[in-house]
Amino acid sequence: MANLAVSDSEKTFIIHGVEDNLRCDGRGCLDYRHIELELGAAPNCSGSSHVRIANTDVLVGIKAEIAAPDHAAPDRGRIEFFVDLTANADPEFEGTGGDELGQQIAGALAEAYVSKRFLDLSSLCIVKNQQVWVLFVDILILELGGSLYDAVSIAVKAALYDLRIPKLTVSIGEDGKPEIEVSDDPHTQEPLAIANVPCFVTLSKIGSQFVVDVSQEEAECSTVNMCCAIAPNGRMATTMKTGVGSLHPDSLIEALQLAQEIGVALHKALHKQFVKAQELSGRTNGFLL
Amino acid sequence: MSADIDVRLFSSRSRSKSLADESEFMGTRAKIVVSPGTTITTDGGFMRGHGTYLEDENGLLSAVAGVVEKVNKLITVRPLKTRYNPEVGDVVVGRIVQVCQKLWKVDVGGRLYAALHLHSVNLPGGELRRKSIEDELLMSQYLIDGDLVSAEVQNVGVDGAVSLHTRNLKYGKLGQGSLVQVSPSLVKRCKTHFHNLPNGVHLVIGLNGFLWITHEGEAESSHFAQNLERVDYHTRESICRTRNVIISLSRYNIMLYDTTILYAYEISTDYSIAQLLKPEIQMEVAHLTRQKLQLEG
Repeated sequence: MANLAVSDSEKTFIIHGVEDNLRCDGRGCLDYRHIELELGAAPNCSGSSHVRIANTDVLVGIKAEIAAPDHAAPDRGRIEFFVDLTANADPEFEGTGGDELGQQIAGALAEAYVSKRFLDLSSLCIVKNQQVWVLFVDILILELGGSLYDAVSIAVKAALYDLRIPKLTVSIGEDGKPEIEVSDDPHTQEPLAIANVPCFVTLSKIGSQFVVDVSQEEAECSTVNMCCAIAPNGRMATTMKTGVGSLHPDSLIEALQLAQEIGVALHKALHKQFVKAQELSGRTNGFLL
Repeated sequence: MSADIDVRLFSSRSRSKSLADESEFMGTRAKIVVSPGTTITTDGGFMRGHGTYLEDENGLLSAVAGVVEKVNKLITVRPLKTRYNPEVGDVVVGRIVQVCQKLWKVDVGGRLYAALHLHSVNLPGGELRRKSIEDELLMSQYLIDGDLVSAEVQNVGVDGAVSLHTRNLKYGKLGQGSLVQVSPSLVKRCKTHFHNLPNGVHLVIGLNGFLWITHEGEAESSHFAQNLERVDYHTRESICRTRNVIISLSRYNIMLYDTTILYAYEISTDYSIAQLLKPEIQMEVAHLTRQKLQLEG
């Protein structure tokens, strides 16, 4: 991760601030910065979105393609994540510099989406054993400003919300082989059931407190980060711990409960705007605002 | 708490008003905005100034994105967005990025890292003498990567290399507080760049666009010993508010100096500190500050 240099006394200031529940920018420990989003940011994609939390800027495009299914899951579609950290976000990411972090994020997302409880990929099956929809999720990170995982997962969820897959009809041909026919009307499209798709809520431990939506400076002061993927119903898809510190079992449980609570509230707030954003989808202001 | 997470749409950003504000302040004179590579003139009678270059067949071209300025025969392009251009005597705030032999490399937001030589700092204890090899070995105990310093530009070399000095008690290592980075073009050159605001905040406005916000007690303490005492809640509130106010002003391109910051601080007291992160409130504060400035000025 691109690290920001922060002096010891600045760290002291931040840590004391967290203890007083007054962070550097005046937020409390559990306050988010405002999240901005739009759907249909890239009109060439099957589904796309653009999310910005303060300085963190994420662009997501999903391309749906027809391919053969996995042998292990012949009746389910696939979803694959690719994360590209642009050198624009940090010069360190130039060339292959961002690959490691990109793979980490892609791995975390794949893990969060693996269960069909959260995203049922069986609706993406066209012909069992032969043809399924594969969703290629391309995530472009344009700027860094803290809480990257949260922003990425929100953007992915928004892009899935925007996703439109052409309607297909399968008929058995004369030779007994299935034939796939794409509807002539491009507007008959099927949205994916994404009601249960999880989002990441990252809790960072600064001092003895858990803090949500950390800025880059604060991230430098945190000892341990709990990254929890929470579904709208409060179910936890996956958890991940990053950072050098350790967590006491008691505080771990406290963190998980807190993440659950915040996750549910986050989904509620997001859903409201998704509905609004959908009406405006495609009428983008351009992502370089 | 977490119940009110503010999610909004990009389309709800109000862009028209801020643009209207700016055009009002750009003056009535029409400005020519150019991008890199735009031909400014093919007339050979002009002199090439900063931000321009000559090409045989195309005449005078712009090297940066900005506005064309003409003084008699001299054409310059003033960039819209620029890195810090150091000048001798500038007060700057910088971050140490490397400890080298006999010097520290300091990031001041310029094109190159500035150098803070060992012989241009005051040693802890204040004794004045030639720096020995022992001092060189102890350099990293005084300033280390990530530390912030306030300093003055001592010299700008022909190749743009900058050296700093802290040979004054007001300069030196910075302790607890908050750093804000803004565009260097927003900082107004003033008689003094160290301010004690009435709200108990001590402000160092670096001409490189780095603003250091701390409390008065910190400013009086020595620049050598680390003070890790807790900042009391009230002072912390003032520091946080000042920080958010500065960000609001910079977002709406208002020049930063003690008066504007104080005005905006007074105006901002109608809102909570966290509210100042919201774009509509930032705009409101910036707008009212601008009005107040016009009234008083």
